[in-house]
Amino acid sequence: MMNGRAQMNIVIVGHVDHGKSTVIGRLLADTGALPQGKLESVRESCRRNSKPFEYAFLLDALKDEQSQGITIDMARCFFKTAWRDYIIIDAPGHIEFLKNMITGASRAESALLVIDIDEGIQENSKRHGQMVSMLGVKQVTVLVNKMDLVDFNEKVFEKLKADYSDFLAQIKVKPVSFIPVSAREGDNIATLSERMPWYRGATVLEQLDLFVSDKQLQDKPFRFPVQDIYKFTRENDDRRIVAGTVAAGSVKVGDEVLFLPSGKQSAIQSVESFNTAPKQLASTGDATGFTLTTQIYIRPGELMVKPSEPLPEVGTRFRVNIFWVGRAPMILHKEYKLKLGSARASVKLAEICNTLDASDLSYSKNKHQLDCRDVGECILETSRPIAFDPASASETTGRFVIVDNYEITGGGIVLENLSADETLLQRHIREREHNWEKGLIKSEERELANHHKAKFIAFTGLSGTGKRSVAKALEQGLFKNHLVAYYLGVANIDRGLDADLGYHVDNAGERLRRIGELARILTDAGLIFITTIDDADDYDIETLKQLNEPSDILVVNMGENSFSRYHPDLQLPVGVSVSDAVKEVASMLKTKEIIIEYHI
Amino acid sequence: MDHLDKLEAQSVYILREAYREFKSLCMLWSIGKDSTVMLWLARKAFFCHVPIPLVHIDTHYKIPEMISYRDRIALEWNLNMIYGENREALESKLTFPDGNTDRLTCCKYLKSEALKHTLSGEWPRYRMDHELQRYVPDEGKEPYTGVIVGVRADEEGSRSKERYFSPRDKDNVWDVGDQPPEFWNQFKTDFAPGSHVRIHPLLDWTELNIWEYIEREKIPVVSLYFNQGSGTRYRSLGCYPCTNPVDSEARTLNEIIDELKSGRLSNIAERSGRAQDSEDGGLETLRRDGYM
Repeated sequence: MMNGRAQMNIVIVGHVDHGKSTVIGRLLADTGALPQGKLESVRESCRRNSKPFEYAFLLDALKDEQSQGITIDMARCFFKTAWRDYIIIDAPGHIEFLKNMITGASRAESALLVIDIDEGIQENSKRHGQMVSMLGVKQVTVLVNKMDLVDFNEKVFEKLKADYSDFLAQIKVKPVSFIPVSAREGDNIATLSERMPWYRGATVLEQLDLFVSDKQLQDKPFRFPVQDIYKFTRENDDRRIVAGTVAAGSVKVGDEVLFLPSGKQSAIQSVESFNTAPKQLASTGDATGFTLTTQIYIRPGELMVKPSEPLPEVGTRFRVNIFWVGRAPMILHKEYKLKLGSARASVKLAEICNTLDASDLSYSKNKHQLDCRDVGECILETSRPIAFDPASASETTGRFVIVDNYEITGGGIVLENLSADETLLQRHIREREHNWEKGLIKSEERELANHHKAKFIAFTGLSGTGKRSVAKALEQGLFKNHLVAYYLGVANIDRGLDADLGYHVDNAGERLRRIGELARILTDAGLIFITTIDDADDYDIETLKQLNEPSDILVVNMGENSFSRYHPDLQLPVGVSVSDAVKEVASMLKTKEIIIEYHI
Repeated sequence: MDHLDKLEAQSVYILREAYREFKSLCMLWSIGKDSTVMLWLARKAFFCHVPIPLVHIDTHYKIPEMISYRDRIALEWNLNMIYGENREALESKLTFPDGNTDRLTCCKYLKSEALKHTLSGEWPRYRMDHELQRYVPDEGKEPYTGVIVGVRADEEGSRSKERYFSPRDKDNVWDVGDQPPEFWNQFKTDFAPGSHVRIHPLLDWTELNIWEYIEREKIPVVSLYFNQGSGTRYRSLGCYPCTNPVDSEARTLNEIIDELKSGRLSNIAERSGRAQDSEDGGLETLRRDGYM
């Protein structure tokens, strides 16, 4: 019924004191968004104090009134034109408030960038221009403010327009328009100024209404970051719902779908919702859910796409642009957490290609860390593959944030997939093996003495499947057969070898590496090394396999098989008796000629 | 998508993000229109289920209709309903209605303190037993580390500075000046042991949006919001000694919507009927101290 009015978020940026507050005050006053009598009372108080009236005072006055609940504030202002409703997000011009500016700008569909014609292009005029562009705000209009200070001179305006256009071109931004204004005097804000007859373009208000709201994501390939999998059993609900928000494109009942990076496939059985008419279709922006025609095991963080459409990239190594806002610098080879779409992965900064100082557009090729407010073209490496798009192809699945020590400290966009390169892990193993110091005993000699080959046996499966009991019983059984086996409880590493890692999720990659390194050492020592890994996926096993080389890994999976392509060497059902399980493992070890015989 | 669809989708996304990332999560339900919309959005997010406990702080001065509405909805929607209270202050009559404190101190005792200690699990919680259809002492004592709150940015100044995911330290303190950035739809979902996060799914909604949505979805709300013949209605609900109705003829949802659109109330703060706001420091002081 009354939901017809469109709404748009606009961010207003620019250097401190270039007149952002005045522009906002003017917009509010000229669109009648101010509380009754407010304007008059501020004018009156200015007169009493013999100071010239400024629209910025109006904002200050409104701020003072916040505690009385007038619906306005320094962060967001609401006003409307005949055509739609606007929320103006006032991004602070001070450099210390960069985090607030980012938060504001990343919620905006378009931006007004204010430059004081008298002071000219300043540091934040440039920095904000670049940030707004990286944050994906495609429509930028530049307000050249304080035209009254240069006698509304067209030449001065054209000069600044040319200079700033040059800068924007270098960072590949094409502004929608430049508008010469005097926010204080109201020129070209709501009505065209008679004092600038040479300008016959849109007024600021007209320009706002000209900004396009739809981001045209509807026609892009379908992208659905899986946020969660729900199975609420209350009231006999047996739906297993894949939940999330459609990032681009659309999907309908019956469509084939593919999950990446796991590669699993299924088809849409239903589009789920609450208190709506039945749905057949879900499209861009819908926070929705699906049931699938087949029961497949997928995890939150996968990207659901349609195999019939252009596929996203899958990889562990990619070239990105990052801007860093952390107090501590971003350091090479340190482990961070990456959040991209619904995926989370541990990530390392593998290389810094170059960094850009936006204030003077100088590039630096020899930085070894990203400092606060640096923008850098870098190479990132995740510990396991994730699905993504280059931001140029699909912005919502091509942008990410970096978390350091619980805080979001950086954000960026993906430029290209570099997964064909040697990974940090491969390089690490290559260098490790190159420098490996061997003792005087050959592995064949150990095998002869021990009567078995060295092997790393990993028990996988969800927690609570009884894999620890089997793993321990296997160790005991092998021991009774005079074989050299060792079971390692994972908790022992947490409090020991991994004590320095704490409980950060970010360190998952490092924890896994250490298990792999232990396996390398213990298999080199000739042991049958047994441990358990909760909820492992293909990439965990692949990582362990590589780290354990030249020895080999055997995987015994208990219960539901959560691997997508990897085939465990042995699959055991949940509820199998411990002795039967051990017998099965032992017989596999015999078949694979790791042990020669096994007596119960 | 119209603007209500967009607001709904964003709130659902935030609720799901919270549910995914926080092991010990609760939602504050004040029985008012905003948090009732939020509860409805949870049913949207989780397909009719509400897998998150609802926490209400009972000052025992709430307008009685609010409490009966709460319990009726809790049973009908099969909610995991929990309430907490400041029993000590109530027993020793340290309240404004008893004449022993000013309004702000009363709010601090009956709301902020009760909330703080209910969330931390130090004070008793009472849980709706759906078999018995009454409240029983709750066994759960674990602190809630994620708290979903129905504040809106347009309500008053301090709320407009909030983030969707807003960290609070051990003492519930909110550092307004140094908040984490929110890039696109990536929020602060990692938090240090001992700290907790407030989650605000309704931040972008306005009072008008709330009523439009209630009308569209046919969400049941307390009848106190409507003029029932007295020529007044409540615009914001609270404790009866400190909450006053506004003059209004609006008897239906559509009349409330028309009233808001007419601008008749645009010069009157939504919470103007809440007497504690006009005392020294008002809501910002309360909020710094953990008030919602």
